[in-house]
Amino acid sequence: MDSLLNGSRPPVFCPGCSHDQVLHALDQALVAMGLSAEEVVMVSDIGCSGLFDTFFNTHAFHGLHGRALTYATGIKMARPDLKVIVTMGDGGLGIGGAHVLSTCRKNIDLTLLVLNNFNYGMTGGQCSSTTPQDAQVGSGFLNRLEKPMDICQVAAAAGAGYVSRLSTYDKGIVEGLKEAIAFDGFSLLDIWGLCPGRYTRRNKLTPRSIEADLAILPDLGDYRTRNAREEYGRAYRQEAARLQPVSKPARIEATCTPPQAGRSEVVVLGSAGQRIITAGELLCLAGASAGCHTAQKSDYPITVMRGHSVTEIILSDVEIEYTGIENPSVVIALAPEGVSRRKKMIAALPPEAWVIKASGIDLPPSAATIIEVDFKAEKIKSQDWALVSLAVLAKQNRVLNMDMLKAALQLRFRKAEYETALAMVEKAVESLCR
Amino acid sequence: MALTLMEGNEAIGWGAVAAGCNFFAGYPITPATTIYNTMLKLLPPQGGVCLQGEDEIASIGFCLGAAMSGMKTMTATSGPGISLYSEQISFAIGSEIPIVIVDVQRLGPSTGSATKGADGDIQFLQWGNSGGFPVIVLAPVDIRDCFVLTVHAFNLAEQYRCPVFLAANKEVSMTRETIDLDRLNLPPVMDRKTADAAQPFMPFGVKNDSLVPDFLPIGGGRLVRQTSSTHGPDGYITTDPGQIADMQKRLDDKLKKSVPAFTYYDEYLVPDADTLVIAYGVTARAAMTAVKNLQSGTPKASLLILKTLWPVPEQLIREKAAAYKRVVMAEMNLGQYVREIQRLLPDKKIDFLGQMNGELIKPGQIQEVIIHG
Ligand code: SF4
Repeated sequence: MDSLLNGSRPPVFCPGCSHDQVLHALDQALVAMGLSAEEVVMVSDIGCSGLFDTFFNTHAFHGLHGRALTYATGIKMARPDLKVIVTMGDGGLGIGGAHVLSTCRKNIDLTLLVLNNFNYGMTGGQCSSTTPQDAQVGSGFLNRLEKPMDICQVAAAAGAGYVSRLSTYDKGIVEGLKEAIAFDGFSLLDIWGLCPGRYTRRNKLTPRSIEADLAILPDLGDYRTRNAREEYGRAYRQEAARLQPVSKPARIEATCTPPQAGRSEVVVLGSAGQRIITAGELLCLAGASAGCHTAQKSDYPITVMRGHSVTEIILSDVEIEYTGIENPSVVIALAPEGVSRRKKMIAALPPEAWVIKASGIDLPPSAATIIEVDFKAEKIKSQDWALVSLAVLAKQNRVLNMDMLKAALQLRFRKAEYETALAMVEKAVESLCR
Repeated sequence: MALTLMEGNEAIGWGAVAAGCNFFAGYPITPATTIYNTMLKLLPPQGGVCLQGEDEIASIGFCLGAAMSGMKTMTATSGPGISLYSEQISFAIGSEIPIVIVDVQRLGPSTGSATKGADGDIQFLQWGNSGGFPVIVLAPVDIRDCFVLTVHAFNLAEQYRCPVFLAANKEVSMTRETIDLDRLNLPPVMDRKTADAAQPFMPFGVKNDSLVPDFLPIGGGRLVRQTSSTHGPDGYITTDPGQIADMQKRLDDKLKKSVPAFTYYDEYLVPDADTLVIAYGVTARAAMTAVKNLQSGTPKASLLILKTLWPVPEQLIREKAAAYKRVVMAEMNLGQYVREIQRLLPDKKIDFLGQMNGELIKPGQIQEVIIHG
């Protein structure tokens, strides 16, 4: 085949538009590389460069403004064998800047052609991220206040494997395109050209001045050595191949008998670092090991190493409907940070409710039965208080029993951890429940 | 019976894999992050892809590119991310790209409260697209729904070539619950219909009375054209008013006309009740407790739990409400879905209970409205 252009849709750019020349050069490059239409995906952005996909008779994807690289990444990850070529203008470059940087950092095997004509052609010649400060454009004085961006320096700094500046009028453009497309990784070509429809009506720009301007841009240095690395998709698949498939979620058989029927609600009030949420999970596992349905909701600030940690657990012999706490049978109060979050709840506790409270914690007055535990006197570390409180409950056959707690520890921990935890718990309960 | 303890978000992840999901991309955001964590554990070791986008726009963009290349894709976020997805959602609707989008709702507006639940995006999910086209929104009540409705969501995305939302809520997604995985009633997995090799391929053409175009992946042996611009059946831009009107009508019809095929709901009928409570999402659980608490006294109420929210299952709501004098609607916002109920049931007394304070609506509050209006 001698062309991949679309016979039924001839290009319709303005006369003299540089896009037209790039389009033909790209076609020549693809043909010269021996690529077939089925192997190529043209992903185009919005604006005049967004017409590229229509003018090629290849796979075509035309999406939203600035987002072309996002689709291209998805396509390339799904089909690593395809040649994915993205066209965008200097408009797409600005609006999609985050995607350009990220694609450079990834080094995924895409080719991005920035058709840089220094303005937004399609919408009336407004300034873009590459408009010179002294240009006359459709944005009044605004472009005088913003420095144009040299995308090649940016891309090189962001980790792109292949970056090059080209003039549309450069005789070597086909070779330049071929080299970029052949590059095994992310390649970016900043292709300068004329927009007679808008830009050159008020600004003097010629193929010769473009050549001169390009010649004085700073050299990109040794970025290629710095950025040389494995292509993203291949590196991804290599990493993935080393991973072990996750085992199926554990199914917990009911091997224990729960001490109580009905619904029990337990609230643990502590602070970060006290393993409050793990204790809640253990209580859920204990419930499941006795065939109970369980639910756990936790509340902690975004600063996970400081502040309150509250967890609420429900055990029930029927399926749990409402997951809120209405009538807790046990409250475990281990730190003022947690207690301060549930003062109203504590004050309203009825006489049949139990509160296990660490010595020294102030509680609002309530009718509940208070069990004070001096963890410090027993040299129990703060991170174990919640677990030991569960053991205190288990010892009294309230909500759970020791069989259930042991089953939970076994489900949650590996053998060595399980043995340490069990020994700690047994020793603590021994001395606390003397 | 053997129980498994997991978070709602983990169940969504396992449900996705059960449905054949092989591509996920997301940007971390509480309370949706644990879906991403789950997919990162599940997909890469089994040959799938899980990516973290530089932002939400990129994440859903990766999915759309992959979906058009034949993969089954999902993304997950919360209200702030849905806002950023909006333009891509419109693209997926108009260009018929299958994708499952999980919105783990948190208290808004805007940044709001990352760790507090709400159902504040219920109208936004439907109307957050330019053009105002129908979308499918399913709302999980509990962990079992997180699993099962995710499988349905994938099937629907494949069958109708459209985005399908799972309108979760922090209160379902980040709650750890027991689930009996062996007793899930999972639907058979469905895949998009491949275009007939003997016919010329029209990317957006429909045959006979079908309303959904057959699919071919980008990168296959026959060329595929995808575009966000107004297009004709051939996937090229069109300005022909007749062609445009046909396309728009088909996009509107393809979901609205099929609602009975994906109307998911639950009900709890109480004999002699003259009130019907309607609820969805986590609030349905408090409503269930409320109607059970009242079932042996007066007044009594029955319960209808909607799991398909959009397109509105109008026929179901009219039929189920027909026998009742009064409807009580409870939801975790200040009055969103109740608008649909009011529109459908103009002759009934409708009492509304809304709450947006970061807390669950309690059974007692619903009972109060059932008793006192
Ligand atoms: S407006 Fe400018 S970029 Fe667009 S087609 Fe015309 S000359 Fe080319």
